[in-house]
Order: sequence, then C-alpha cells, then structure tokens
Amino acid sequence: MSIDANTAAKVAKLARIEVENQDLTALAKEFNDILGFIEQLNEVDVSGVEPMTSVTPQKLIRRSDNITDGDRQASVLKNAPLSREGFYAVPKVVE
Amino acid sequence: MLDLSFESPKPKTIPGAKYDWELVIGMEVHAQVASTSKLFSGASTEFGNEPNSNVSFVDAAMPGMLPVINEFCVEQAVKTGLGLKAKINLWSAFDRKNYFYPDLPQGYQISQLYHPIVGEGEVIVDMEPGIARKVRIERIHMEQDAGKSIHDMDPNMSFVDLNRTGVCLMEIVSRPDIRGPEEAAAYVVKLRQIMRYLGTCDGNMQNGNLRADVNVSVCLPGQYEKYLKTNDFSHLGIRCEIKNMNSMRFIQQAIEVEARRQIGILESGGVVEQETRLYDPDKGETRSMRSKEEAHDYRYFPDPDLLPLEIEQTWVDDIASNLPELPDEKKIRFINSYKLTEYDAGVLTADIESADFFEEVAKSCEGKLAANWVINELFGRLKKDDLSINASPMSPGQLASIISLIQSEEISGKIAKDLFEIVYVEGGDPNEIVDSRGMKQVTDTSAIEKAVETVINDNPDQVEKAKMNPKLAGWFVGQVMKATGGKANPKSVNEIVSKKLSL
Repeated sequence: MSIDANTAAKVAKLARIEVENQDLTALAKEFNDILGFIEQLNEVDVSGVEPMTSVTPQKLIRRSDNITDGDRQASVLKNAPLSREGFYAVPKVVE
Repeated sequence: MLDLSFESPKPKTIPGAKYDWELVIGMEVHAQVASTSKLFSGASTEFGNEPNSNVSFVDAAMPGMLPVINEFCVEQAVKTGLGLKAKINLWSAFDRKNYFYPDLPQGYQISQLYHPIVGEGEVIVDMEPGIARKVRIERIHMEQDAGKSIHDMDPNMSFVDLNRTGVCLMEIVSRPDIRGPEEAAAYVVKLRQIMRYLGTCDGNMQNGNLRADVNVSVCLPGQYEKYLKTNDFSHLGIRCEIKNMNSMRFIQQAIEVEARRQIGILESGGVVEQETRLYDPDKGETRSMRSKEEAHDYRYFPDPDLLPLEIEQTWVDDIASNLPELPDEKKIRFINSYKLTEYDAGVLTADIESADFFEEVAKSCEGKLAANWVINELFGRLKKDDLSINASPMSPGQLASIISLIQSEEISGKIAKDLFEIVYVEGGDPNEIVDSRGMKQVTDTSAIEKAVETVINDNPDQVEKAKMNPKLAGWFVGQVMKATGGKANPKSVNEIVSKKLSL
C-alpha cells in the first residue's frame, strides 16, 4: 500500500490538521515508512494467537449507576474560547 | 405455551408511471438507556437541566480523563437483547468512530462496531389480528450520545449543550425486513413496547430518548424474494438513509416521500445515489445532508482507553431468569386464560400499566366482561379527559365492583353506565352507591308485571296496534323501562310484555 500526496492531504483534512501543500510529499513519505514497518509486522504468522488487549492481566473496571460528578458548569466552560448563558458558543453550524 | 400463528402482510407497493414498486426498509433505532448516570462518567442523565450542568470533565473530553463503564447500562443492553430473543456476546469491545462536530468534544464517539454486545434476534411486529411481520435484528450495540446544538439563539453562532453527551444509547439495527411505512412505525412501536416492559428505555420520543434512522430503497416485485434466497443485496435497489426521526408520523411520511423520490429518479432513467438525507416535515421532502458525506470516513479503531467488555454467562442467566413477562407472552396468556379476542388482548397489553390494571379488575370478575369495560368504557372516558391509565380516577377495585353488580344481575347494563360515570366523577364504593341511590335492578316479576299492566291499561290503542303488528311490543318495553327509571330487568320486561299482550 502506498500513500500519495493526495491521500495525505485527505487524511490531514479528516484529522483537521493544516498541512501546507509543499509539505504533503514529505508527509506521504512518513506515512509510507510507517506502513512499511507495519507490513513487516504482517509477515509474522499470528494465526491462533489471541489479540493482546492489555499488557497487564486486568479486567475492564465497572462502576455502579450513581451520580458522582457534574454540576460544574463554570469549570466546564472555563476553557471555552466563548460561552454564553451556560452554552458553548461556536461559529454557526447549520445542516 | 400456545403460539399465535400469523401470516406476513403484503408489502406496500407504490405505483409509478411505468411500474409498481415495492419498498425495502431497514432501521437503526437509538434507544436511550434508562440509567441515572452516563455510560462512561458519573454525570446525571436528567432531562431539562441547566445547559452544561450534567457534564463531567470526561464528557467535556478534558485531556487525561478516562472512561469508566456503567454496569447498569451493560445490564440494560443485555436485558434488551434477551427481550428481542437475541444472542448475547459474552465478549464485546469498544471502538472509536472519528468525526468532528461541535457537539462531540472528544472528536470521536465511543461505539461498538466490530464486536457488539448483542447479536442476532427477532421482533414480531403485529399489524392486525393474524397478520404480523417478523423483523430480524442484526445487532444491538452500546454507544455514547452526542450533545445538542441550538442554532436559533443567535444569528451568527450555534450554542452547544453537552448535557446529553455521553448518555448511553442502545443502537438496535434491523435487517431490511420492513416492507412499508406502516410496518416501520409498527416496528418502532413494538420495540418501544418491549423496552418499556423491560424498563430498559422509557421510550419518550418527544425528549429524543427514542430516535430512528431509516434506510429506504425501492425494487420491482420479485427482487426482494431473490435477496432473501441469496442474501445478495445487489438484488435490491440502492438505499438512502434518512436520519434522526423522533415521531411515528414523520417516519411514515419520510419513507413515503423518499420512496416516491427514488421511483421518480429510476423511472426517468437515473440512478439513486447512496447518501444520508434529512426529512423536512414542513416542506414534505427529504434533502441531502451534503456535509455528512465527507465525514463518512470514520476511521474506526479499537478504543485504547477501554479493555474489552467481558461478561459472565451466569450473570446473563440471572438477568434472563428475572425478565418480566413480555408483550407477546402476555397477549397469548390473556387470550387463553381470559378468553379474549386477539384484538382486545393486543389493546390491553399495549402497555404494561393497562395490562396490570385489567388483570387487577379481572381478579374478581369475569375476564371478557372486564376487558369490554376497561377498553370501551374506561379507556374511552380517560381519553375524553386526556388522562393516562396511571392517572385513572377509578381504581381497578371500583370497576370490578361495578362489573360484579352486572354479573349478579343486581344492576342492568344501562344503569351500570350511569353508575360508572358517578363512580368515575365522584368516587365511592359502587355497592353503597347502588343501595343509597336505589339503582338496583327490579327483578321482582310481580313489580314488573304491575308496571306492564299499567302501561297496557293506559294505552288501549297501542294494544290494538301491537296485536296487528307484534314488532310494536318494543314500544311497551320502552315505556315500562321509562316508568321504572331503567331499573327493570329488560329480559323480564320483554317476556312479561309478550305474555300480557298474548303475542
């Protein structure tokens, strides 16, 4: 699999990362280096091996259904560039 | 247990200019889990609070915050799966669905794409007595809800409330087994009914706690059967997805409108483009959500913040053994033990409160009669006052007493209706009211005979006429009933009138 400058531009756009046109070729090369490494990993036969999901033998921790958080409107909004009447205020998005 | 046999309904056909077209519909229903706190945070799920007050730092996606799963939500998903006779997956996992939108602060939604908690199941969607559609369920997965954007508070800004962000949704995905707008609405009604019986989702569509995405395509007759045989989707038309509908009426309208749009395109030689559309009820049309197209590349990957969700078979068995009686089972039991028609049993089991009310009434009187009174009189009267069964001013005990008075022939059916109104409006013990207001039926034949004789003696002309035309006997019965204030037993009056007139 090979990534060209166009694909790199698309991925950057989906990730909302601004990349100058002149940098796209270099970015595509970096992608290809990473994918090349993964292809190398793909050569290992892992049939019959269960995917490892954690390095420690632990189970997913569950909590009970209680209200233990929230009710902190001011601190939640504190880092917002703009807020109004308890809402985050963002540039207009209309469907 | 006796199973109700049923036939499948005919698929809805829409005549185009050239051909008759059939509809093929699959649905994704989003049901909010009736939990107190969110799926991965301890913030409240309560509706209608101050904006951004039900928000923790996890929901606001502050750096370094980690999700911790709510066990109750997992239990509700399992319960819903069991209610839909579905396979429960003891091993499931969470994935990130990546897209950017102002009401999604994480930049991704935690969902279950590759390994959902619930697998294949089925729902029987009743259309009318003896006719039902079996809709196959493909899967149910758990996921986070997004926040809410408000666009009309400022001309240049959108306002975002994250109170809903992170609330647990169950997405119930059906196979394309629904064949018309009415079936689609009935399918949502049935899912809602089952979840309300289970208590896993309150089904409140107005608050958005139950929403549906509808996939609609059209095909020529015969194509759908080919798809069923081969499981090859290429036999079907290209589908469009209509997003986020929260009313049964709009679901039906949107399907109809969208099907006609597709038929128009196909018959003029065009090709339907697979896309996401939005239904505009004011204009009565669906339109493309262009902005969604690019976002369709969701780049799913397993969420590294969450270990796989492993549940125990014993826990599932425990939940299964505590399931309440479900609507289909209850309906069959009502038909068998109370000798109700399928229609009546369907009405009474539509929601669990009505079913419980009926059973409470039927405890101390005859079932069929109880069903008639609950459905025809009580439901009718409640509807007039716009009250739900929970708010009924008449208790099951009071209604049972009225029905018992009819059964023992102490009051006539006509008087029973008056008594019903009195008890409904004023309350009180029906037995005492009947006594204190002299409403008892006169079954004493000598008293009735006397009343009949009076009417006969007072109306010699009518007697002559009645002898020529026996149908006029009814007039005498009416007069006697009037004279006795409706309290005479109509059957006795009939007999005595016939006898006295020697008809």
